[in-house]
Amino acid sequence: MTSTSSPAAAQTRGTTTITSVLGRVLFLGVVLALVVFFAPLLIAQQLWMWLIVLIGSAIAIFVLYSTKRFIPGKYLFPGTFFLVVFLITPIILTVGYSFTNFGDGTRGTKEQAINSIVSNSVQQTADAPRYNMTVATMGSPTEGPFELWLLEPETGDVFRGSEEQPLEQVDASDVTVADGRVTEVPQGDVLDMREVNAVYNELQQLAVPVDDTSAIRPLSVNQAFVGTTVLQYDEERDVIVDTASGTEYSVAKVGDTEYFVGEDGRPAFSQSWLQNVGTKNYERLFTNSNIASQFLGAFTWTLVFAAGSVLSTFILGFALALILNDERLKGRRLYRSILLMPYAVPGFIALLVWSNFYNRDFGLINEMLNLNLNWFGDPTLAKVAVLLTNLWMGFPYMFIISTGALQSIPGDVLEAAKIDGASRFQATVKVVMPLLLVAVAPLLVASFAFNFNNFNAIELLTQGGPFPPGEFTRGSTDILISMIYRIAFGGSGADFGFASAVSVMLFVLTGILAAVQFRFTRALEDVN
Amino acid sequence: MQIRRKNFLALSGVAASVTLLAACGGDSDTDGGTGGGASDAGGASDAGGAEGGAEGVPARGDADLVIWADELKAKSLQEPAKTWADAQGITVEVQTVANDLQTNYVTANQAGNGPDIVLGAHDWIGNLVQNGAISPVQLPGDAADKVAPIGLQAVTYDGQTYGVPYAVETLVLYANNALTDVPEPGSIEELVEAAKAGGAEVVLSLPVGEQGDAYHMQPLYTSGGGYLFGTDAEGNQDPTDLGVGKEGSIAAAEKIGALGADGVLRTSITGDNAISLFTDGKAAYLISGPWALGDINTAGIDYAMSAVPGFEGMEPAKPFAGVNAFYVASNGQNAGFAQTFVGEVASNAEIAEQMFQSNNLPPVNLELQEKLSGEFPDMVKIAEFAELAEPMPSIPQMAAIWGPLGQAQANIVGGADPASTMEAAGEEIAGQIG
Repeated sequence: MTSTSSPAAAQTRGTTTITSVLGRVLFLGVVLALVVFFAPLLIAQQLWMWLIVLIGSAIAIFVLYSTKRFIPGKYLFPGTFFLVVFLITPIILTVGYSFTNFGDGTRGTKEQAINSIVSNSVQQTADAPRYNMTVATMGSPTEGPFELWLLEPETGDVFRGSEEQPLEQVDASDVTVADGRVTEVPQGDVLDMREVNAVYNELQQLAVPVDDTSAIRPLSVNQAFVGTTVLQYDEERDVIVDTASGTEYSVAKVGDTEYFVGEDGRPAFSQSWLQNVGTKNYERLFTNSNIASQFLGAFTWTLVFAAGSVLSTFILGFALALILNDERLKGRRLYRSILLMPYAVPGFIALLVWSNFYNRDFGLINEMLNLNLNWFGDPTLAKVAVLLTNLWMGFPYMFIISTGALQSIPGDVLEAAKIDGASRFQATVKVVMPLLLVAVAPLLVASFAFNFNNFNAIELLTQGGPFPPGEFTRGSTDILISMIYRIAFGGSGADFGFASAVSVMLFVLTGILAAVQFRFTRALEDVN
Repeated sequence: MQIRRKNFLALSGVAASVTLLAACGGDSDTDGGTGGGASDAGGASDAGGAEGGAEGVPARGDADLVIWADELKAKSLQEPAKTWADAQGITVEVQTVANDLQTNYVTANQAGNGPDIVLGAHDWIGNLVQNGAISPVQLPGDAADKVAPIGLQAVTYDGQTYGVPYAVETLVLYANNALTDVPEPGSIEELVEAAKAGGAEVVLSLPVGEQGDAYHMQPLYTSGGGYLFGTDAEGNQDPTDLGVGKEGSIAAAEKIGALGADGVLRTSITGDNAISLFTDGKAAYLISGPWALGDINTAGIDYAMSAVPGFEGMEPAKPFAGVNAFYVASNGQNAGFAQTFVGEVASNAEIAEQMFQSNNLPPVNLELQEKLSGEFPDMVKIAEFAELAEPMPSIPQMAAIWGPLGQAQANIVGGADPASTMEAAGEEIAGQIG
């Protein structure tokens, strides 16, 4: 203890010790090493934003920690760093994506899309033989140049050919054949399977012409087929040409996104690429009259749902806590443990089980109570069902915090109230409640915020339903987040650009709500 | 996205170590902290992705051939793949992606750390192609003699073959012989009559649910005259010709509405309870796929199996056929071995046969059907019924169909006006497709 405290004491006096200098050098050295290690990787993967974050933080670390100055900066840096990396960067990324068409069919670059279109157009020539293929090289097995030696399994004829050298038949006696394939060639080395696999992508460029249109191409590591690449990309004119029919496909905008289109102006191929679409995603969101008209309904129900859930769970939890806080009651521990049971069941399992309970014909609730209520088919009943389930899920939490808060209220306050002639009810309402609210009010606000975005409760119970006939955007129990999820992901595949725009709007909305909530908590604090 | 996320995690590893260092002012803790950061970085750099675990996506295995599949399929492929690889003198790793295989695969492939082969349903093809995620495969010239037509039809997209099919699934009608005297009804009307005569609690167990189930409703929808997408001159699905909301779909909707009013179709029968209603002996008939066979046999129900019948005097019922296939990744590291392996599956039923042993799925290989017909007659029968079915459309626009069509059908079962509801669904889908 004494040995470690002395350098620390020395530091506070401003004396430089060897350990502190060494430690600092080591730390900065490690930072430098990490930068040197990561920077090329980030450059290689073209992750420019992370490169900026990396270099920026490295510079900051060097400036802040290499000298004795900037004492506040030394303490502020770690927090700021996490804020930037975990909070601000994802937000910037989301905002960035919201101005693009990023989604299914538009994930990659234009080059990737063209590659995919062209290479998908390879057609196998019908009735052409399939060759047992051997790859040989006069150069290196990794660089080439490569030559294909082909054995026609039916006839046993052997051919050779490469990109430059057209197909020619060779005398089968010139090569060694084993198991139906050429295993040794007169000049050059034969590649083994692993070597062929390693250069497979380069071999795809190798097509040994058979006639004007078709060529022999490697199919797998040991077979080759005769085929035609129907489509070719003309880089100069930026068109894809169908070599069989002569049709040309040029780039044009369909909706917000560029595609290769045919003469009819419709996309000829589903592959597209990542593009900047400006504010189109936001326009789509705001000009969709259906979304606008459903928004208010969803917002109102979200408020009712969140407030209703908090109120109902709190009233029940608090009432139970009050009852079980009475010392005259025996076996309180047992009751308390039983009441905590819903809390012990994993939420999503409880929700799925409950959703089966509400089944109209086969559900536990209707069967036990001998009812015929169409719980999830009737808009009002569905709302009641959602609130009831959330009450069951949430009251143990309120019970716990109320119990805790009750036990922290000093007994002498109640005693004083009793002496002043207050009844039990008066003491509870006028003395216990205000004292309790001081402790639990922030938790109630937090609970409200949680339920405001309680996606699971809705999605796992009703999936937002029931939907009125002809309405597909918002079901009767849809809260904002579940409706927005459906808008963003419910339709045609993943549309991350649009989903990002929706999230940005949701972010703004929750930001405003959070500000309101903060005001609310402050108002509560003022009371006390 | 994936790669970004991984680097994000790698960076956070560094961040953790950096702050750890800052906190202890360069103490000896450095080893632990930077070690973690560096190994994360290693994951990101060799595109191995050590941090994917959070979403149930494995790090790409380090083998000569890496295959991704869902849990059951991965399990069944484990042995046969290994046997094949051993014979070739290479290594293979079959990895399970339990959730959301398609999305995870597309993301991983785009980032360059996906598998070499992925197993999936044929209706993924449209989305996989638009994302440039798979390469075409060239089936052997005699494939048409070896593989059931439905299998080949399903993996053909825009005139190109994208997968090697090995199994097919479709909906069939199961009858509980204890509750009905008509094991193979010729029409829905006959079915309803027989079940009512038998006094069963539930006439027909067909999942509808509050949100609808367009997949299970498809036989009735097609029998009533509905279709999803028309076909163009080359036989490809044409997204501009949408059948939902057209005359035929409304006729079907009226029939479905009538069955709902009659209590035959109910929104209270869901995907969760449809099979158990049948195995508990409450439902006289069940419309489900080969996946229900296990439960039915376990429950010891005396059952009969037939093709799903249509409405009397209307079109034949055409349920969806879903074909399971092997796809070659466009961005895999071992495309050569991947093509070799799927070529083997295409030309030889051995691998499919071994897979069948641990995961019974109706095979598409004709030779294998013949071979299994003695021991597993039901499986082979389902494969034959699949020939009467229609492959599920694999164009990406299909994603816009499920929600609105299912919802509309559920509403109609619940008593909504068939014509206007179906038309609204058509408008909604057309709006989504754009």
